[in-house]
Amino acid sequence: MTMIAEQGAPAPAAARTPLLAVRGVKTYYGNIIALKGVDIDVHRGEIVTLIGANGAGKSTLMMTIFGKPQAREGSIVYDGRDITRMPTHEIARLGIAQSPEGRRVFPRMSVYENLQMGASVNNLAWFDEDLEKVCTIFPRLRERLQQRAGTLSGGEQQMLAIARALMSRPDLLLLDEPSLGLAPLIVRQIFEVIREVNAREGMTVFLVEQNAYHALKLAHRGYVMVNGLITMSGTGRELLADPQVKAAYLEGGHH
Amino acid sequence: MQAETRSRPPVDWTRLIKDAGFAAAIAFGLFALLVGLKTDQTLNNQMILVPRPQTLFALVAAVFVGRLLIGYWQATRAEGAARKKPRSNTMLKLEKYGLPVAVGFLVAYPLMVLFTVGPQGAIKWIDNFGIQILIYIMLGWGLNIVVGLAGLLDLGYVAFYAVGAYSYALFATSEPIKDFMAQIIGEGFWQAWAFWICLPVAGILAAFWGMLLGFPVLRLRGDYLAIVTLAFGEIIRLVLINWVEFSNGYAGISAIPRPSFFGIPFTAADNGFAATFGLEFSPIYRTIFLFYIILVLALVTAAVSMRLRRLPVGRAWEALREDEIACRSLGINTVNTKLTAFAIGAMFGGFAGAFFAARQGFISPESFVFHESAQILAIVVLGGMGSLLGVVIASILLVGGVEILRELDFLKQVFGDGFDPAQYRMLIFGICMVLMMLWKPRGLISAREPTVYLKEKKAVSADLVQEGHG
Repeated sequence: MTMIAEQGAPAPAAARTPLLAVRGVKTYYGNIIALKGVDIDVHRGEIVTLIGANGAGKSTLMMTIFGKPQAREGSIVYDGRDITRMPTHEIARLGIAQSPEGRRVFPRMSVYENLQMGASVNNLAWFDEDLEKVCTIFPRLRERLQQRAGTLSGGEQQMLAIARALMSRPDLLLLDEPSLGLAPLIVRQIFEVIREVNAREGMTVFLVEQNAYHALKLAHRGYVMVNGLITMSGTGRELLADPQVKAAYLEGGHH
Repeated sequence: MQAETRSRPPVDWTRLIKDAGFAAAIAFGLFALLVGLKTDQTLNNQMILVPRPQTLFALVAAVFVGRLLIGYWQATRAEGAARKKPRSNTMLKLEKYGLPVAVGFLVAYPLMVLFTVGPQGAIKWIDNFGIQILIYIMLGWGLNIVVGLAGLLDLGYVAFYAVGAYSYALFATSEPIKDFMAQIIGEGFWQAWAFWICLPVAGILAAFWGMLLGFPVLRLRGDYLAIVTLAFGEIIRLVLINWVEFSNGYAGISAIPRPSFFGIPFTAADNGFAATFGLEFSPIYRTIFLFYIILVLALVTAAVSMRLRRLPVGRAWEALREDEIACRSLGINTVNTKLTAFAIGAMFGGFAGAFFAARQGFISPESFVFHESAQILAIVVLGGMGSLLGVVIASILLVGGVEILRELDFLKQVFGDGFDPAQYRMLIFGICMVLMMLWKPRGLISAREPTVYLKEKKAVSADLVQEGHG
């Protein structure tokens, strides 16, 4: 754990153009507004986390970045390209991978096939190499390659969801609540993996979490979302120390 | 384990008898008025009630004994069930070795029949059993791509069967095409070759209609998709009925050219099949030839769907069935994936339709009612979604079963002359469905075989896996 604590390290220079720039994004479900003008920057090589309560709009932002639902106003620019109106599958091909909320593995397909699906954007070109890599990151998956994904435990399914996202060799990894419904020990493992992937490969990670303590400890920078608006931002350490954040999101102990 | 089986707990007879008595009481309540009393007419045209205590008693007694037996069976089985090994591996083995054996049997089938019952009786066995079942196997395999692999519930599959049949029928009987062909190639060419030329055309047209259906239903899933596809099937049928100038309405299309043996017609003429090969003329040759055509068509369907499952598009279909949202976020174009599933599934339906028209020589909208769609879907579901061998077994049971019912003449001696077992087919069909859903809710062959292996096959029974959340 101490390793993570020391990680709150200097964020890469904020002056560069961000890899992902969300500007004034408003998203509606029918007539109900879910995002009321959100601005977020994610720079290359960073881990950025977005914390907030249930229903704040965190997952909506995640899905809006992926084009389903599309933002009604504002813009989302990824690596210099406007992706606001792009269909989801094309966004995925630009090098953004997502581990969706609730894991969403393919339950009746084997772990191996799930990983193949993850690699489908690059036509299985680097499949063997990448399979070896994710199996090194998650040794549990190697043991279970032939098993149906639906028979895995919750933690293993989450590992699979992340591994599947990694199989497409993304530049930007979006993780929607990877700690959801997992035992504290597994949560720690998964966060450790995120830190490793970021440190070793320089992969940019945008992490949506309710588990604010772990997420802020891990992240270089963080944003706090309340009711579809970003109310606070800062480095992970700043937010962890902030009395408001403490009161709203960190009560109930550090587990 | 051994000791446990020996010390089986005694069966609780009081509970069983109580239970059976309760079932009998319910049966009595149900049947007392329905069966126990019969309304009848006297000679003076008065209605009288005839009590039938014996029948009622027999029914109630049957329920009592039946319930007792089921209860006894469950009680003795209950603890044995815990030791039951998952059978999925044997089912997969069956799928692996069963298929070549089945194919070998089918190739030999017409000759076997011919030598057992002779040319007269053979037509019935090859046509009513062989060809009929193979058509449904092919349709089942075609629909399996849409429902079993891509998970798109299609209740209007018969529409593509109809498109294929009418494409062939209309092209083959079209006078302008016939005249045109007669001018450039020669008289009689179209009559002889129409089937072989129209077969791919029918498939392509059906695939086109499959895409056409695909577009409006792209955003639908489950029940809603089922309703729209059901409507689509009915629309095609109603158009065929009502657009008389185009399809000749209810009267249908007759005198559809039969397939030739690659140019040699099956006629008694001098240039006919029998004369060419120095055989005595008999309609059986055509029947046997038709049998092999549909066998080849069905095997092509199976081969293509097995191959596709291992290709990216097939994997995408299966992933789509499991979770559409996850698919999209992995960069899979779900629109194309769905449309290809509809198109390829429909194409095989179209091939089967063209064959059907060629075999019958006459088609009308009567052949393409909803019941057909339901039957094909029942075959896929009963067989186990996605399983090729399952479809074969289910078609033999469902289609062959109905044909067998027609053969059960000896039942007339038991139940009297007016008894026609074929009239009970829907009842039997329904009972089979209910029993199937109770005992094997995932179909006869429910284990899904992974498309890739590292070292050894290890399949997990479907019963152990939760249903995919869509």
